[in-house]
Amino acid sequence: MIDNSAMVWAIIAVLGVGTFLIRFSFLGLIGDRPLPDFLQRLLRYVPVAVLPALVAPQVVWPNATAGVFDPLRFSVGIVTLVVGIVTRQVLAAIIAGAGVLLIGLLITAGA
Amino acid sequence: MPVLIPFGLLFGVLAMDAGLALGQAMGMTMLVIAGASQFTALQMMVDNASFWLIVAAALAVNLRMAMYSAALVPYLGAAPLWQRVLVAYANFDQTYAVSVAAYDANPNWTVSERIAFFFGVATPIVPVWIAASLVGALIGQAIPVNTGMDFALPITFIALFAPMLKTIPHLVAAAVSIVFGLLFATLPSGLGLLAAGALAMFAGAVTETMMLRRGKS
Repeated sequence: MIDNSAMVWAIIAVLGVGTFLIRFSFLGLIGDRPLPDFLQRLLRYVPVAVLPALVAPQVVWPNATAGVFDPLRFSVGIVTLVVGIVTRQVLAAIIAGAGVLLIGLLITAGA
Repeated sequence: MPVLIPFGLLFGVLAMDAGLALGQAMGMTMLVIAGASQFTALQMMVDNASFWLIVAAALAVNLRMAMYSAALVPYLGAAPLWQRVLVAYANFDQTYAVSVAAYDANPNWTVSERIAFFFGVATPIVPVWIAASLVGALIGQAIPVNTGMDFALPITFIALFAPMLKTIPHLVAAAVSIVFGLLFATLPSGLGLLAAGALAMFAGAVTETMMLRRGKS
């Protein structure tokens, strides 16, 4: 799937340096000035703002079915989401989602 | 902490599945050490996004760590530079959360005691994460990709953000993110993600501000 090795290394290098600089930022360079309130507030929502947008198209139009809506994969997405919200456990959500996917694939393969 | 092992394993397996070389998978896991952004980069490489969009999206996922960095300043800001460099390298969700809680509970610790505590937390975590990724990558190399693996990344992302949906602003941000993620799906890979992410981030922050105002009045 990925065949451009130099580009992969460049991504790794930039990502590694960039992530380090983010972690170092205040501790190392900026010093004892606190972040402005609204900026702190924005940063708090970055993971819940980025990850759902990353995954939503895959849940509705999966690669595996060449972008055609798949009831099984859509249900797996919903189950993972609900179990994650209810249990607050990343691992429980992964296991629930993977379990439903495997069972669903077995049933469709048998049918 | 126990989450790290299956998570590292999964990263290794999926990195091989995505077509990375073993050295690349390990290089990423050691240099970046940030699970969610590593998974994000993998997904976008598979989607053939362009270089800068991959880097921008994966770094966006890590921006929250600037907040961790700021939160550590009152406790560790006085430590020598080389120690702060090492702290920064190992400054991620688990080490930050455990350390700040301990510093809060023990206000009379000296700076060097705080540094010692931080590395006491980080030292077992980093090798476990790297080792788990390596085992995963070796497994991924050994067994051929089978059906269902295509959906392992989406399941992982949902499992990562679902437990964060604890408050109304978080729910609003996630809902906006999903709606615009879908609306922008036809834009060049990565561009829609960044636009949807920015809108969702503002939606969450503005909702929080509005709720605070309402609470005060």
